[in-house]
Amino acid sequence: MTADPRAAADRRTFIPLDPSLAPPGTRAFRDAGGIPADQWHADQNGETLVPTHCCFCGVQCGMYLRVDRGGKVFGVEPRNHDINRMRLCPKGINAYQQVNHPDRLTAPLMRRSRDEEFREVSWEEALDFTVSEIKRIQQTHGNDAFGLLGGASLFSEKTYLVGKFARVALKTRHVDYNGRLCMVSAAGANKLAFGIDRAGNPFSDILLTDCLLIAGSNVGECFPVMTQYVWGARDRGASLIVIDPRETAIARTADIHVALKPGTDSAFFTSVLHVVIEEGLTDENYLAAHATGWEEVKAKAAEYPPSRAAAICGIPAEQIVQVARTFARAPRAMAWHARGIEHHSQGVENCLTVINLCTATGHIGKPGAGYGTITGQGNGQGGREHGQKSDLLPGGRSIMNEEHRRQICEIWGIEESELPAAGTSMMEMVWQMQRREIRGLIGICNNPFVSLPNYQVVKEGYDTTEFHAQFDFFLSETAANAHVVFPVTTWAEDEGVMANAEARVVKHNKAQDPPPGVRTDTWAMCELARRLGAGDKFDFPDSRSVFDELRVASAGTVNDYYGITYERLEETGGIAWPCPTTDHPGTPRLFEDGKTYHPDGKIHLQVVEWHPPMDPYDDEHPMSLTTGRTVAHFLSGNQTRRLGALVEQTPRPWAEVHPSHGFRNGEPVRVVTRRGSEVFPALVTEAIRPDTVFIPYHWPVPTAANALTIDALDPRSKIPEYKVCACRIEHAERIDEVPAPPVAPGHVAYPETQVSRTDPLPPTAPQGRGTSERS
Amino acid sequence: MMGRTIFIDPGRCIGCQACVSACRECDSHRGKSMIHLDYTDEGHSVASLPTVCMHCEDPVAPCAEVCPADAILVTADGVVQQADTTRCIGCSNCVNACPFGVPKIDLQAKLQMKCNLCYDRTAYGLAPMCATVCPTGALFYGTVEELQAERPGVQVADTFVFGETEVRTGVAMVVPAERVQWPVPGGLPVVEINGKDVRR
Repeated sequence: MTADPRAAADRRTFIPLDPSLAPPGTRAFRDAGGIPADQWHADQNGETLVPTHCCFCGVQCGMYLRVDRGGKVFGVEPRNHDINRMRLCPKGINAYQQVNHPDRLTAPLMRRSRDEEFREVSWEEALDFTVSEIKRIQQTHGNDAFGLLGGASLFSEKTYLVGKFARVALKTRHVDYNGRLCMVSAAGANKLAFGIDRAGNPFSDILLTDCLLIAGSNVGECFPVMTQYVWGARDRGASLIVIDPRETAIARTADIHVALKPGTDSAFFTSVLHVVIEEGLTDENYLAAHATGWEEVKAKAAEYPPSRAAAICGIPAEQIVQVARTFARAPRAMAWHARGIEHHSQGVENCLTVINLCTATGHIGKPGAGYGTITGQGNGQGGREHGQKSDLLPGGRSIMNEEHRRQICEIWGIEESELPAAGTSMMEMVWQMQRREIRGLIGICNNPFVSLPNYQVVKEGYDTTEFHAQFDFFLSETAANAHVVFPVTTWAEDEGVMANAEARVVKHNKAQDPPPGVRTDTWAMCELARRLGAGDKFDFPDSRSVFDELRVASAGTVNDYYGITYERLEETGGIAWPCPTTDHPGTPRLFEDGKTYHPDGKIHLQVVEWHPPMDPYDDEHPMSLTTGRTVAHFLSGNQTRRLGALVEQTPRPWAEVHPSHGFRNGEPVRVVTRRGSEVFPALVTEAIRPDTVFIPYHWPVPTAANALTIDALDPRSKIPEYKVCACRIEHAERIDEVPAPPVAPGHVAYPETQVSRTDPLPPTAPQGRGTSERS
Repeated sequence: MMGRTIFIDPGRCIGCQACVSACRECDSHRGKSMIHLDYTDEGHSVASLPTVCMHCEDPVAPCAEVCPADAILVTADGVVQQADTTRCIGCSNCVNACPFGVPKIDLQAKLQMKCNLCYDRTAYGLAPMCATVCPTGALFYGTVEELQAERPGVQVADTFVFGETEVRTGVAMVVPAERVQWPVPGGLPVVEINGKDVRR
């Protein structure tokens, strides 16, 4: 194991099957040196290893896909990539099983109304029907009556196309993406404070820090491979602070675990800042040189003494003091956060309070000191940089800015008057569907029936649409409600780039040809554009041609990709943007020169006032419901709920409750909110606050956490408040069953996905963490 | 303790089961995992711990000692192999003898299966699949010197005591540096007998 965190990225090494090829004393492939090859190296069994990355979370671990002689993906092999150094999590290990899964869609499905059954049709017929419906709706109700929803698991090339397709081919302002549910709060806060939307430091900086603060992130389950960095820091003696209502795997061994009440983060961080100021631990020199708005922030922090914040957050006041001292006194400290503080109606404000704390203590832009946000989806970072978001154009440009509009229109070859205005966010679009303002929709790589809050509203919105098409490779719960479903490629059947949580752009390679009948999203979008009469703007035979236009479109902006080429990515294992020229090494760490991306080069500190969550507590609903992920599944579960190993690991959701409520492990517990009620098996554990219930959200109704959550949005980022709503729990008779994932007509549901509905919970409840009374 | 071996550090384990999934990918028993992941303090903490075969050395592994068919062979470097399919009679003696509860029996095939330290990988200088992927380093493959270089001050133990019996193992366990107990008390509290939870 190389102890050096800055170990060189692998250069297409391969496994030396002949031991004489391995250097003496080699313990593992990672040290084997390997042989750079022009082609993927095939070993003597005819097996090929294709270097690529995982399709799931924002860590973007490197992996090899094993390809057999027939050109089919059949396995995975760890890869010594700079990011993960051979590590993988269970999702990454099993990801390859999607590629040749029996549930794969291999022909377009179509029906003219939702009362009919799907039938398999030709691409020609499906495309023609889709185009005729688009034209019909737009001619009758205007261009904006048709919407497009993209996804952040798409390669950046495809996210660029989604934005361009909406504005140039559909000519609609209604385009958004599911990253809206992911980390737009952090994006908004970063833009406000730093003028640039990305994490400030690479993961490798964690290894250099003396104090690591992780807020609202279950790193052990949602970004498991990141824990190697956390442990690397701790091996060096760094202290670890975890802010989370649950005692997660990473919180279990932390030096300080602050189990605060959901929805109180900004009060907590402002109070920590209060203590830092009181004890004279601020870095006044840094503030004077690099920040604006400090006096106002300081005055606001004075209103949040630990006694007040402790009452709001439901924690001992000493913990606030402890966190403040540990974080501020550390020579180098870092803060990383994820959805736990972002999924709130004050998500942007929560992130701003963390930025305020880092800035006040001078922990910004140094090796081992800084601020980062962990993207949930593989391309959560890149997914919003290239014009997929309703208010952004490629290169992170604003669609409201005259100059920016002009630049993009020049590249796209359209008149500025033709470029639509800003659209609305994903949840708002669903409300517009309900109100019949949006009557037609294409969804690409998303599954709102599971992932959006307040399922009833979502279902109603989608049911109200006159036409709905989905692109997917499995029949997701959302696709099962559509008129047309286009079978598209998985990540292993196409090449493209993604930007991980460190804003490091990595390249995914094509490991196998798509099954017959399956096309790439790029091809399908260009074909639709051609039939809509915009074919000349969509002449993209492959990902590379899209990437070349994307590079040009981002040149000179903050999100500069111009210097990044496929060849460089293959050579280096990833380049962090901004990278303006082809000889530029990329920018792994921001603000090293003390300058931000605002015109004045300063960090703009923002005053934040805490307010309670949007769903008020009362006698009927005294507890907090919070939702999140579990290690075996990913987001809406469309990709993971069909893979046997992952289904076996976590077959069904549960409701995590504290023993004080008198439930026994595995007993049915009904969770009631103002939106509805559902019954889950109880997972009784002391690792959660007594006033909080936790449910993982990867499953569809009737076992969907998102049938209970509230569709309240952050006013600035429009992110839904998934992480807190008011609820109560009751005893119930019967646990709600997990439905099998939908399959195309004529397909039999994959037997391994048929979770037994009648078995009692296994003795080790969902995560094996529950308890029954101990003698 | 062998030269290159696995070190298990329960303190780092996050219970993600990457090792369990990785073990399924191993070509010598594809689709079946040989790793057991246990939760040691259920209901109170999410603490978890992976158990791989401990490759006992005392004087020969208990499973090999009790095998009536001499099916469990030990290689020169101390790796206790899974049962030789031409000899194994599926009698389950090894399952009962193993103090760590490692071997599994495929009842239909009447064959024993267990972790063989990924012999197909280690023979070629690769680390076993589980220790390769483990995100936290709760499973570490290498020499004790390599482990100590990476984690200053780490303490390991390779002797476990079960009642009256001491067992020396080839795979070692990281023990808390401030509370080194030697030998390590083996086994977990009995929670289940014949499929019944006996804690109630």
